[in-house]
Amino acid sequence: MTGPAASAAANPPPDNLLEVRGLKVHFSLPRKGPFAPAPKVHAVDGVSFDTARGATLGLVGESGSGKTTTALAVMRLAPVTEGNILLNGQEIGPLSGEALRRQRRHMQIIFQDPYSSLNPRLRAGEIVRAPLDQLDVGDRESRDDRVAELFRLVGLRPEQQALFPHQFSGGQRQRIGVARALATQPDLIVCDEPVSALDVAIQAQILNLLRRLQEEFGLTYLFISHDLGVVQYMCDDVAVMYLGQVVEHADRVSLFREPLHPYTNALLSAVPSADPVLRDRASRIRLVGDPPSPIDPPPGCRFASRCPFAEERCRAEEPALRTIGEGHRVRCHLVSDDGVPPHRASN
Amino acid sequence: MSALLEVRGLSVEFDLKDGAVSRVIDGLNFELAAGRTLGIVGESGCGKSMTALAIMRLVPVPPGRIAEGAIRLAGENLLDASEARMREVRGNDVSMIFQEPMTSLNPVYTIGDQIGETVRLHQGLSRRDARDRAIEMLRAVSIPAPEKRVDEYPHQLSGGMRQRVMIAMALACRPQVLIADEPTTALDVTVQAQIFDLLKELQQQTEAAVILITHDMGAIAEMAQRVVVMYAGRKVEEAPVDEMLTNPKHPYTRGLIACVPHLEADPALERPPLMEIPGVVPSVAELGRGGCPFAPRCAEAMDRCPQDMPPETAVGEDHTAACWLYSATEAAA
Repeated sequence: MTGPAASAAANPPPDNLLEVRGLKVHFSLPRKGPFAPAPKVHAVDGVSFDTARGATLGLVGESGSGKTTTALAVMRLAPVTEGNILLNGQEIGPLSGEALRRQRRHMQIIFQDPYSSLNPRLRAGEIVRAPLDQLDVGDRESRDDRVAELFRLVGLRPEQQALFPHQFSGGQRQRIGVARALATQPDLIVCDEPVSALDVAIQAQILNLLRRLQEEFGLTYLFISHDLGVVQYMCDDVAVMYLGQVVEHADRVSLFREPLHPYTNALLSAVPSADPVLRDRASRIRLVGDPPSPIDPPPGCRFASRCPFAEERCRAEEPALRTIGEGHRVRCHLVSDDGVPPHRASN
Repeated sequence: MSALLEVRGLSVEFDLKDGAVSRVIDGLNFELAAGRTLGIVGESGCGKSMTALAIMRLVPVPPGRIAEGAIRLAGENLLDASEARMREVRGNDVSMIFQEPMTSLNPVYTIGDQIGETVRLHQGLSRRDARDRAIEMLRAVSIPAPEKRVDEYPHQLSGGMRQRVMIAMALACRPQVLIADEPTTALDVTVQAQIFDLLKELQQQTEAAVILITHDMGAIAEMAQRVVVMYAGRKVEEAPVDEMLTNPKHPYTRGLIACVPHLEADPALERPPLMEIPGVVPSVAELGRGGCPFAPRCAEAMDRCPQDMPPETAVGEDHTAACWLYSATEAAA
């Protein structure tokens, strides 16, 4: 259905809304001494992926893996050190000023925390209207109508426009966040952990809303989450990140059925499950320790220090992101060319 | 199987600003044997954490108070105990792991001091012995290089390590009952798995009874043998874990299980819209209006639900629910 498989082709197919090539985001830290080089945080270190129009790409990984920084860089909200970002086939990496502002209406973001991402001094209607005003979409009257329509779309009543954020519950606030993201009729919406700050019973309301809106408006989502159940439910394709790199990228069914990278496998087996079939899966991997620091990451495979299968080669030589089978990409020396992952080869 | 911890008819009340009184815990019953784990699930605001505070006698008085009931630890009613006796109990017989490892450690003391304080206070160990005990506990929770870590401050540790320190502190006196209030919500899944393994292992060694408070049914399935589902300060359902997951009775429990997208064993399955529980948990001021508190959000609510409080009814072997759907005995009103 979606085609990361085509990413290697010389002419990228036009049905990719978003293409990211070799994206790097490095932050400099204060130098330790007058002659010491400034240490660099390699927050995002060479990330490439495509997102098909109308599809949802999930970015998963532990905290510090660079998934949010990747999304912010795509939104041009984090400084891009290197690489290309193509939205609708147009390079947006080098844009600035008015040119960038014109592109912004095509990409919007829903933030994690609906408590801190809405200005407490503005009325809900003003919050949703802000992107229309800021980005010069429509005229005064059409904006009024649009805001009322947006309130209906996300399941709020138009008269609630006059209320302030604190007068809404958490789920309702997130609906305001969704309405704001929808306002300018964007093509791409980045959803940065959109439900992780919400109570369990409320999450379903927002997830159902996001799926309904996607169907209705053909939206493309870049969906960041650490909750693999949510990712499995929402996404068509999934990219797994570790320490600033994509270590595995595949369509949802292959990734969850046949995870190739030991890290993906460890992530999946760490999810506590109420399903006895999943609980008893033999190939359980327990990770020890924490990810290494993204400041001057180790040579070789970045996962080697926690990988139960790591060999000499893994610590010395950095594996490339290889394509195996139908568009299943994996960054691991130990996955065989016909797609046998190390946790099954060793049995 | 005799109960180590027994909670009977526990009610906690809070005075509200307008002079009204709100029952945030209402007639709660459960018991727990040594070496076993009881899960308590529900949304925020259902009284899970308040139950934990009540067991530790840490309900803020005023505005709150424990209005009724008994909390028996190995036969001793903690509600009759003196404050001095409670200080012996807390951290020694009953201890607690809090949700936020970032905010529940003191940033200006080394972790060794903080773990050592408990054993010095309760077991009268010297400074030197307390330090040795702290190192031993850090080793028990698999913190690498414990001799070095013992002199470090909380900010020098990662989130997962801080939570291990909290566990080390909670277990330093080998408590009989350990209350873990959302111990892993702030952590990544991989670290959560480590913490769960650790808790299970330590529980086997010390035979501690554990109360695990969470909103994650997966975590309950992995850790607990029994579950209590709470809503608006009341127990709405109780059963062994497998029974609860395969055969939930109360509409609230069914909603809690179905509204979360679980990892499926077969990822190619259809993905129908998730079940939604409409509305929100009643606020403190709305509690105690009579009738089933879940009725306004319940898809199966009947005429009588908003009027009469459903009693706890047996709905299967060792399985109870408080819902009129299962109550055969019509109240003789």
